[in-house]
Order: sequence, then C-alpha cells, then structure tokens
Amino acid sequence: AATLECPVIFFCRNNGYAISTPTNEQYRGDGIAARGPGYGMMSIRVDGNDVFAVYNATKEARRRATAENQPFLIEAMTYRIGHHSTSDDSSAYRSVDEVNYWDKQDHPISRLRQHMVSRGWWDEEQEKAWRKQSRKRVMEAFEQAERRLKPSPDLMFTDVYHEVPPHLHRQREDMWRHVKQHREQYPLEQYDK
Amino acid sequence: MAAAARFLLKSAASSKASINNITKGVRSGLGLTLLRLSPKCDPHARTQKRHAAHFTFQPDPTPTEYGQTQKMNLFQSITSALDNTLAKDPTAVIFGEDVAFGGVFRCTVGLRDKYGQDRIFNTPLCEQGIVGFGIGIAVTGATAIAEIQFADYIYPAFDQIVNEAAKYRYRSGNLFDCGSLTIRAPWGCVGHGSLYHSQSPEAFFAHCPGVKIVIPRSPVQAKGLLLSCIEDKNPCIFFEPKILYRAAVEQVPVEPYYIPLSQAEVLQEGSDVTLVAWGTQVHVMREVANMAQEKLGVSCELIDLQTILPWDTDTVCKSVAKTGRLLVSHEAPVTGGFAAEISSTVQEECFLNLEAPIARVCGYDTPFPHIFEPFYIPDKWKCFEAVKKMINY
Repeated sequence: AATLECPVIFFCRNNGYAISTPTNEQYRGDGIAARGPGYGMMSIRVDGNDVFAVYNATKEARRRATAENQPFLIEAMTYRIGHHSTSDDSSAYRSVDEVNYWDKQDHPISRLRQHMVSRGWWDEEQEKAWRKQSRKRVMEAFEQAERRLKPSPDLMFTDVYHEVPPHLHRQREDMWRHVKQHREQYPLEQYDK
Repeated sequence: MAAAARFLLKSAASSKASINNITKGVRSGLGLTLLRLSPKCDPHARTQKRHAAHFTFQPDPTPTEYGQTQKMNLFQSITSALDNTLAKDPTAVIFGEDVAFGGVFRCTVGLRDKYGQDRIFNTPLCEQGIVGFGIGIAVTGATAIAEIQFADYIYPAFDQIVNEAAKYRYRSGNLFDCGSLTIRAPWGCVGHGSLYHSQSPEAFFAHCPGVKIVIPRSPVQAKGLLLSCIEDKNPCIFFEPKILYRAAVEQVPVEPYYIPLSQAEVLQEGSDVTLVAWGTQVHVMREVANMAQEKLGVSCELIDLQTILPWDTDTVCKSVAKTGRLLVSHEAPVTGGFAAEISSTVQEECFLNLEAPIARVCGYDTPFPHIFEPFYIPDKWKCFEAVKKMINY
C-alpha cells in the first residue's frame, strides 16, 4: 500500500489480548501505530473507547487517503472485556478487578451515554425503553432465525470455484445417492430441500 | 433459544445495567446475569441440538508392560508425555500461543508452575516465528516442542517446515540438523469446527521428504508416539485429534514409554477386506468392521497407520495380499489426500492380489463445511457401502 501509494485505511483494534496472551508478550515495541512510520505510512493512535475520537481520526484518514493517494494506519486502543470465545474462561489468566475497571470506568458505550445525558440528549427513561425494545427485537430475530431451516446440502458443493467443475458434480450426485439410501442417518429434516 | 441466551450473556457482560428489565437471575463473578428464557422459546427445538459424535471411542486394553497406569483422557496423556519430557530432559522447552496458562485444549496445564517460565512460555501470534524459533532451538541441540494452536493455522509455517526444517540436514550434508524439533497441533473434525478448526493437513506434508508425520488414535498411543517423536532425530509433526481430547479415556502408563514410529498396527485380523485409517477415523472403521461382520458376514482386517510419513508399506501390502481388498478412509478431501498415495503404492505392489478396485472414502473436494458437516464426513455408512461394493465387485 505504501510503495504503490494506495488509498487504504489499515484499522487496528488493539484490545490488549490474544486469547490469554497480553500485549507485552505479543510485542515489545510501541504497539502497532509505531510500525507505520517504518513502512513510510502516516499513523495515528486513538482512544478506541471514545467514539468521537475514532470517528474524527477515521474521517480525516479517509479524506487524506483519497486526496493524497497514500495509506493510513489507525491503532484504536481498547480492552477486551468479554472472554475470547464461548470456549474461553478468562478468569484463568486475568483478574476480575482488571476486567471490572474497564467495564465500569472506561467503557465506550457508557462513555457515550454519559456524554449524551450530560447534553440533554438522553435520559434514564429513554434508556430503559430502548433496552427493552432492543432486547425484544433481538429475541424476535433469534426466534425467527432459529425457526428457519439450514441451507440445502446442495450448497456444500457451490462456491468452491466460480463454476462447479465436473468432479464436484459427480461428488454431489454420490452424496445424494448415498444419503437417499440411508435417509434415517442424516438430519435432512433440519435442512432446506 | 440456548444460543440466544449465550449471546445475551456475553453482551450483558459489558454492561450490567442492561439487566434491569430482565427478571431475576443469578449474578456471577463478572456480573453476568442468567437470562430467564421467554416462554415462547422451545429449548429443545430440533434446530438447537448439536449432533452426537459420528463414532464411539473404543479404549484399548490397559497396557501391562509399562508399569503403573492412571485414567487419562487424550489431553491429559499429552500433558503426561510433556511432563515426563521436561523432567528428564533439561534442554526441553515448550512454546506456542497461549501455552503458559495451560493451552486452549489444556494440554500444558500445570507445566509452567512445575518447570518455570523459562521452559514453558508463550510466543507472539506468528506461526512462521513459532516454527522458525523452534528450528533455531533444535539446531543448538536443545529439545524444542512447538505448539501450533490448530492444524488449520499451520500454513504460515509451511515454508519454515518444508524449506528449512525438512532440508536442514540434507543441505548441510549432515553437518547440522534440527532433529530435536517436534511440532504438535490439534487436528481433524470436531462437530462444529467448520473451515478453520477442522482440517487434516497431513497430505500437504506427506509430500515433503525430511519431516515425519504421526497421528495417534487414543491416549495410550498418543503418549507413546509423542515421546517417540520427541526422541526421534528428525523434525516431527504430531497431529492430535481434537475431538478425542476429552472423549477418549484410557488407562495410560504414568512413566515414559515409546511406541515405534513407521510401524502400522493391525488392530483386528481379518480375511476379506483391509481397512486402513488413522486418528479419529480408526474408531469409525472399527464400527464398520463390526457392521461388515454382522450384516454381511465379512471379515475385516483393521490397520491403524499411525505414522503417515514414512509409512509402513510392508504391513499394509502384506494385509492386502491376504485379503485382496482395500478401503482407505480419511476426513481430508479425496483428491490428493493420503489415501491416494496408499492406493497407488498398493496397486504397484499387490496388483495381482486385488479382487476389486481400491476404495477411498474421504471428504469431498470442498473446504471443510460448517453446517454441512454431517453430510461431508466419511462416516461409517459411507465406508460400509464401500465395503459392500468391493465384496460384490
């Protein structure tokens, strides 16, 4: 991107962890933003939990990238409050106190809400109503999605390539021939025809 | 609805106040509140169930020749092998992503506390670096045990493995080598792993002279084979079937023991069909052998290949010379999969013995799918049909 002078924004969300590995075991340099200059790339580090800071940095990066045909690197600093995944229990490698600090003192949504409240754009009542409505919408979307059937197993063979080559046509036929012969062994009722 | 509850639990973790409108729940350490399911949700909706495993793990009889045994699952048998190694080899170190806290599959739990941070440590998220670093340690003569978090992630290290590790001895005319390097990686389908947590990449490396590739079917096999890989004076790749980490439980010897590499094991003798597999698929094939006996009166000889490279051609060819029929099965895609190599060699050696074309029951030539896994994997029904076809040829 640098040598070819491309209008690209490289956006790095630095949340402090890769599963159990904290950043000080990941690198010893000054994070990601400090690498940009090594590539001859304009770089900025921004408070990732400040929605306006991130917006402003990205807006300016976009303006300059397209105006000047050069890439920009944005490193947004934040903290991963949740576990890495549903298979992870992060209490195995970090303290609850550490997590609570970020959850309570430096949370992007809370900070935005407090700002909006202080400007008179939001209040407790609207908060309650919005949460209730949001929860309802999400639950409804879940229920609706879960009622839907899974896609047809035909689609297992598409999008491997732009076109479906002959050997995949044959494998698909083999699959259906086999599945039809052993219907009871396959959860066909969960899938679209 | 269970999926919905889990999702909202995670988002609730970021803002406790979001729980206000939810009826009573239980608070845990991180302020999570368990969501009470709405009466409309059916927790047993058929779309919710995770399918049961496609095989039943069959433990082997407790080994008696290696001393005292202890009940262990697969990840515990790996920990035991690593523990034995760190205890008796002061140069041994274990490294990789997230190994310090015990690893994403718990294979290294307790080792850092026991042996210290200089012997078991995290690396940055860089597979090329993990293997490159491991080669460097091994070249100095120390024992390097590198972990790649999922076999699916091994490709950034491919150049280091193929162009550096595999050729180190050859290109230096045996002046130097990285034989004390062992690379471990979780391998194979797991029910929900999809494209990047299910792969079986052994075929990519089978094409690379200079490395050894080993895949165990059980805890007892895993510990003995892993210890052999670590002792072996060649860089070894050890793939661990992740679906067996908890599901496979056996009595495993506590002390070190060694199962030889490049020696396939005949698990069950038979006269009509030779079945060859490795890792998880061995257990699928065990069931296929039983089905063949019960439904067709067909006697199957079951072989666990164990070492993919260099592979035990003698045992397999000797078996096929006897039975005249061969079925090879693996999860990896059929085209260019390791069954193709076995098939080619066997037809060279046993051409006149063959009663039927060699059958390969493998994954289709697509990326490992997510939602289509039950249709993709070479399950016992597909294998059984292949046996039937060969018998009736």
